[in-house]
Amino acid sequence: MAEMMTSSVSTPDDSGFAFRRKVKNHVMKAVLYGSATVTVSLLLFLIGYLTYKGSQYITIELLTSQTSYIKGTIGILPNLVNTLYLIFITMVLALPISIGAAVYLTEYATNRKLVKLVEFAAGTLVGIPSIVFGLVGMLLFTQLMGLQQGLLAGGLTLVIMIMPTIMRTTQESLKSVPNAYREGALALGAGKWRTIRTVVLPNAVNGIVTGSILAVGRIVSESAALLFTAGFGLVLHGFIQSLEASSATLTVALYVYASERGETGVAFAIALILMIVTFILNIAATYGASKLKK
Amino acid sequence: MDTKTIIDVEKLNLWYGDHHALKDISMKIPANRITALIGPSGCGKSTFLRTINRMNDLVEGVKITGSIRYKGEDIYAPNVDVNNVRKNIGMVFQKANLFPMSIFDNIAYGPRTHGITNKAKLNEIVERSLKDAAIWDEVKDRLKDNALGFSGGQQQRLCIARTLAVQPDIVLMDESTSALDPISTGKIEDLCTRLKEKYTVIMVTHNMQQAVRISDYCAFFLLGDLVEFGTGEQIFSNPQNPKTEAYVTGRFG
Ligand SMILES: Nc1ncnc2c1ncn2[C@@H]1O[C@H](COP(=O)(O)OP(=O)(O)OP(=O)(O)O)[C@@H](O)[C@H]1O
Ligand SMILES: [Mg+2]
Repeated sequence: MAEMMTSSVSTPDDSGFAFRRKVKNHVMKAVLYGSATVTVSLLLFLIGYLTYKGSQYITIELLTSQTSYIKGTIGILPNLVNTLYLIFITMVLALPISIGAAVYLTEYATNRKLVKLVEFAAGTLVGIPSIVFGLVGMLLFTQLMGLQQGLLAGGLTLVIMIMPTIMRTTQESLKSVPNAYREGALALGAGKWRTIRTVVLPNAVNGIVTGSILAVGRIVSESAALLFTAGFGLVLHGFIQSLEASSATLTVALYVYASERGETGVAFAIALILMIVTFILNIAATYGASKLKK
Repeated sequence: MDTKTIIDVEKLNLWYGDHHALKDISMKIPANRITALIGPSGCGKSTFLRTINRMNDLVEGVKITGSIRYKGEDIYAPNVDVNNVRKNIGMVFQKANLFPMSIFDNIAYGPRTHGITNKAKLNEIVERSLKDAAIWDEVKDRLKDNALGFSGGQQQRLCIARTLAVQPDIVLMDESTSALDPISTGKIEDLCTRLKEKYTVIMVTHNMQQAVRISDYCAFFLLGDLVEFGTGEQIFSNPQNPKTEAYVTGRFG
């Protein structure tokens, strides 16, 4: 610092000002460096700690068996399977509805105000805490519709939760398709739907895939919305059975093992798995979609 | 006029919201001729062109009165099939707008839209259209290549081929050569001159030399009015209206 001060070209008059500015600059730099360092080291610590703790407990047995008091085993296979089932149920229902809604809103709807309103509502839904969705889902699907706690009630709840995300990303990618393509197809005598199906949607696939991967990420990491709807069950079921049988996904199982069973080791193992899955999904969302286009 | 009328416009008015963009346009456009639409920027040439294949339907808040008859039938009548209108009256845009797919799929898009699935038939249509658009030799070995990998001039001729593939009667062109170099422009002009044996060409152009070179008929628009419509000869050598004269001699515009 001293070296820099002597190399200053300022006149004696404003040297005080220049000095203060220099100090300010350095202080700001230090603060920014500091916060970046704190952020990165926290992140690295978290990753390192999870990897260290989790890897001690991840065994083939844990991944391929289920928890049983009689046999005295602990396994998270049911939770892995439940998570996959839940992704499947939720996406199968959410994709067509959200894409359909997005296509309607961007390509067909003529009432601008209505479109704005729906977009605003969707934007608001994204920000609502997921436990609220859980409450609404419980009310709607288990109490009103009379479903048993299980992956169907859980899936339906998540459909409501992730629909806005997929819808909005789909809308954005539809809007990014050049109008010239639409005009080109229409001018050849293609109807509106044919234009959308053969020219607009194929060029929006990228965004739709990215949105879907993000949605899968949310499903995998969701717990609060599932507590009241999908339940805590740790028993392995077939797909059909699991629809109306209390079934914990990985995140819910993490909660159960950590808080109710005191099995923190298993919880850390699950946490590591979740971290890896999230990592993979993020990479897929970033690079996968751009590759897909080629 | 010495030829059959293919498009008969009568008292056509168009409003974009409150903006009166076309005012009482009446004209009879002859078949198998090149008709050029000229006039200063914003006078309504594109708007007029797009009423002929009902592309203005896509614009929100457009109101149209009057009639446009294609071979005697009003294309704005209530039960008209718009897709069919656009099949018969094709359009080439200012900027090439090929779809991001192969050349073959681009050219076959129209025919497939209209129900042709037979592979041999499609091959035949694609080849014929590309030949008609004078680009077959340049692309015949690359039909599977992505169409967006070609030069601007080639893309524009591919767009023409794509339009021809649905066998329209009329080809509308909106400044389709304005983004091209002189050589590509020349190729497309030659193309238009040959096309008029089979097709009627209606083109918007800002290029006065181009209008002189290739148009049989010419319409001069100003602020939404059709000021003068006549043979190219009349408009460029012997304009009846002083405004037309001022424009074609370059005194304003
Ligand atoms: N979609 C639209 N909405 C509202 N006004 C429009 C729209 N399209 C064109 N206009 C207006 O209508 C008038 C005619 O426009 P048009 O595009 O037909 O002109 P043009 O003669 O083709 O001009 P240019 O030579 O610049 O292409 C202009 O005043 C323009 O601002
Ligand atoms: Mg124009």
